[in-house]
Amino acid sequence: MQRKAISLISGGLDSMLATKAIMDQGVHVEGINFFTGFCVEGHTHAIRKKDQNKPRRNNALWVAEQLGIKMHIVDVIEEYKDVLLNPKHGYGSNMNPCLDCKGFMVRKAYEWIQEHGFDFIITGEVVGQRPMSQRRDTMPVIQRESGAGDLLVRPLSAQNLPETLPEREGWISREGLYGFSGRGRKPQIALAAEYGFVDYAQPAGGCCFLTDKAYSDKLVDMWQHRSDRDYELDDIMMLKVGRHIRPRPHFKLIVAREEGEAKFMEGYRRQFRNLHAISHTGPLVLIDGEATDDDLELVARICARFGQGKEAEQVEVQINEIDGSSQTLKVEPIHPDDFPEEWYV
Amino acid sequence: MSEHELDARRMLCPMPVIKVQDAIKDLHSGDILNVVCSDPGAIYDVPAWSRVHGHQVLLAEVRDEEVHIQIKVEAS
Repeated sequence: MQRKAISLISGGLDSMLATKAIMDQGVHVEGINFFTGFCVEGHTHAIRKKDQNKPRRNNALWVAEQLGIKMHIVDVIEEYKDVLLNPKHGYGSNMNPCLDCKGFMVRKAYEWIQEHGFDFIITGEVVGQRPMSQRRDTMPVIQRESGAGDLLVRPLSAQNLPETLPEREGWISREGLYGFSGRGRKPQIALAAEYGFVDYAQPAGGCCFLTDKAYSDKLVDMWQHRSDRDYELDDIMMLKVGRHIRPRPHFKLIVAREEGEAKFMEGYRRQFRNLHAISHTGPLVLIDGEATDDDLELVARICARFGQGKEAEQVEVQINEIDGSSQTLKVEPIHPDDFPEEWYV
Repeated sequence: MSEHELDARRMLCPMPVIKVQDAIKDLHSGDILNVVCSDPGAIYDVPAWSRVHGHQVLLAEVRDEEVHIQIKVEAS
């Protein structure tokens, strides 16, 4: 009887190698990837023009195609909120709840194998590779808290870890697994060469925006200025684009930095009051929050500062309401001395 | 055999892929799904997802800055 496993595929090299190691033992493997909304994958590169020389592909799908396996992408945006807002094991150096996150994903994979009649779960984890979720003392926590127990196989580090059920039952051979540990990449690169993998993603800084300080700062700022910490997908997408400027506690401005961002932000003009200079070329600016009519002159002066009219005596700015109505203001661009650095989120 | 439409405009990948995946769950072998996306990355991701699941990509092209993909559902 051919056994079946689901492999958590991030799109990076480790999960690709782990999957291949199990496939080579005759197991039927399919891939799974959980979309939390914070994943760095292709969509961010699709927004910014400067990133358009980077591959736009979804690396998890690309890996699945290289391995010749099915890939299931699962929307966990709603469920993930509890992981991010209430992490039992706390955050890493930024707003990254890595240990809770890994436990959550393995738990979701465990639920999936129960629903679909699969036998066990594979991850590309390596003992000692990550400061929170891939330590010798935290790897058993993931097994325990996910409910997966010894149905969780980590092929790249299996020889450093207790035997799992698939090994004991003879579904897979321990000898065909590996004993990698630590942060070095040499064993993985050598194994990739052995398998003939020449093209694979080398994500810098992980695959999640929550490990990024600038992103985390914007997320915390958003929470601090709202009555609760709930969020929607649009909220967390908007944190990935533009300059964020908070001149007053009750609103912030999102200023497009380039054409790609402006195009993306155009799609939000029916959700946010927005403005742009009409007498000069300048960026689209969205107003997030409750700017009052008294704030509009300041908002227009900031908008004017980011366009080609920044040295002009006067810039005409059009302010568009969500209902489609608009007004224009003639303003002097704000002087750099009146624009404190602390306004940047 | 029937033909279906999916509007995945204003979604960034992988959401168009997830929507295609969800739509195809309810379709039958031989059905056609026409998808329109505004994320340029969809022209890579939606066909890749379709191929790994054994569905046929009949068309994948950019028209007027939108990605148009036509998928023929195969039994999987």
